[in-house]
Amino acid sequence: MSSRENILNVVKASQPDYAPLPHMDYPANKNTGEVNLQEKFAASLTAIGGKAEIVSTMQDARDYIQKLDKGKRSVTTVPMLNDLLEPISSGLTPAQSLQDVDYAVIEAGIAVAENGAVWVTEEGLGIRVLPFICQHLIAIIRVENIVPDMHQAYEMIGGRQYGFATFIAGPSKTADIEQSLVLGAHGPRSMTVLIIMA
Amino acid sequence: MMMKTEAEHAELAQDFNKDEERVNWHDETLWWLRQKRDRIAHQIPEWEQLRETASTIKGNVLSNLSAYLTQFEEKAIANGVTVHWAADGAEHNNIVLEILKSHGVTRMVKSKSMLTEECHLNEFLEQQGLEVIDSDLGERIVQLAKEAPSHIVLPCIHKKKEEIGELFHQYLGTPEGNADPQFLTETARQHLREVFLTRKAALTGVNFAIAETGEFVVCTNEGNADMGAHLADVHIASMGIEKIIPERKHLGVFLRLLTRSATGQPITTYSSHFMKPNPGKEMHIVIVDNGRSVQLGRADFRNSLKCIRCGACMNTCPVYRRSGGHSYHTAIAGPIGSILAPNLDMKEYADLPFASTLCGSCSNVCPVKIDIHTQLYKWRQMIVQNGYTTTTKKTGMKIMNTVLSSPGAYRLGGKAGRAVLKYAPFMVNNKLNPWYKQRDMPNPPKESFGEWYSKNKGEGKDKA
Repeated sequence: MSSRENILNVVKASQPDYAPLPHMDYPANKNTGEVNLQEKFAASLTAIGGKAEIVSTMQDARDYIQKLDKGKRSVTTVPMLNDLLEPISSGLTPAQSLQDVDYAVIEAGIAVAENGAVWVTEEGLGIRVLPFICQHLIAIIRVENIVPDMHQAYEMIGGRQYGFATFIAGPSKTADIEQSLVLGAHGPRSMTVLIIMA
Repeated sequence: MMMKTEAEHAELAQDFNKDEERVNWHDETLWWLRQKRDRIAHQIPEWEQLRETASTIKGNVLSNLSAYLTQFEEKAIANGVTVHWAADGAEHNNIVLEILKSHGVTRMVKSKSMLTEECHLNEFLEQQGLEVIDSDLGERIVQLAKEAPSHIVLPCIHKKKEEIGELFHQYLGTPEGNADPQFLTETARQHLREVFLTRKAALTGVNFAIAETGEFVVCTNEGNADMGAHLADVHIASMGIEKIIPERKHLGVFLRLLTRSATGQPITTYSSHFMKPNPGKEMHIVIVDNGRSVQLGRADFRNSLKCIRCGACMNTCPVYRRSGGHSYHTAIAGPIGSILAPNLDMKEYADLPFASTLCGSCSNVCPVKIDIHTQLYKWRQMIVQNGYTTTTKKTGMKIMNTVLSSPGAYRLGGKAGRAVLKYAPFMVNNKLNPWYKQRDMPNPPKESFGEWYSKNKGEGKDKA
């Protein structure tokens, strides 16, 4: 018998009587009814070493990016920024060639107020390694896509298909040496989220 | 890299306790993490509800695991992933070797996976002439030091920064005497970036595998799992059979609990969902049993398989904090490791369930509500019944049994003890008494409670 059959047989014989799944009762806005979500998100992101900027329009976001000292190479997967930065799309750029990217600007689909995380899928990334290999990461989020917590985030994600997707919460970090926090472990040294209000 | 040793927890803890300053630092640092966990957990009014939900979901998983595993496999295959099954560590290691060989790969980068520690994958691949580089900073440090991780979340928590500076000086060419964490981390970043960019194969662990979709989630703060996996042509993910959760939405519960329990952070920097291989690249999942199905059949111990590897039970454990991870001589240390290891080898790990005060703090902080201290107590009984206790413990227990069953011997023993502590403390304050090591003996009371009571029992009535 193969290991597969063997394992499945022993598991089946060993598992206890069926225990039902619990009822998931985590209603939206249960504890955040009073709080404005963009401020809560900004506070969560700041607490984990990231930075949030609240801007009124996409034009303000463009202005913010234009004014940045962006280093040698800055790329984007946001079509509206193609005239400002080097556009990146899947299939055309080998992953390794992104090793010298200073800034990457991407658009996130969901932001989570309770923990400062943003949700990005392969579609928005172009190349999977982009938000990890760049030195600095900027994500753009529209205010209506900020949800209170992870339950609402997964409600929005639903059964959507993707090859790869990730929650990113702040810059890459480590505290492996005597618990001293250092930002910029293997991924970005900084992360900024631009929240567009309109 | 495991320590093959015959020594027991108490002996190994003694080694760790030679450096009192280090032990104090270790103790205080882990307790600080426990306090961070408390602060962030208390910010969530529904925290206890989350723990209950998580525990119930995992209970459902264990009761329906064979069906969920089949469903997960089917979905993963439909997603274009190759699925392998391994009965034990050796089969797992051979599967990984075969995948690497078929691509002519001799150098692999690996992110944190306690399962591969359990299977001794690195040693195996190195014996076959392959190179493995661990990319989590803490794991890279212990790899350079030729040691095993001492904590599942903080692999080199037993090391001081000066020792790490020395290792980096020796292996990565940093200036001698530089022990600045920022500088050392930057050095590792540069060193490992080159590794990520050049390795054709990457192995990661799995935090959660979703039966409904066939995707798996890997959580890191450093971004090392993603850097390795996305830059390689072949991504191998190793998972124990218990990593399954039924539906994607259940991740909401587990991701809220995991890092808050582990380090007091609201979430890891990256919670990456891997569903399909990159076009033109390969993704493999190795599903490993290695004793888990046996544990599933042990009614008293099966709940240990609910563990999500947050390490909260280690951070809170008074024994772990003062004995260090290496004293447990198994891949997963601390309270949870002490209920997992005897399932793999009851004789070799017979000492571990005794490395506890049974205070119950581990069970109180466990995000999936495993009754850890109850299981430790139950393992003790199993181990004694099976005759695996050490001679010292057996002799001690025999004497204790005689004394406690005879009132005369009990009174005499008490008197003698008090006399010794009063008149001849050197008789117990010495190295022959294991209790005295790292402890001071108490000042003896003048009389026992029994003696005090017989003297005073009349008085109470008169005064009433």
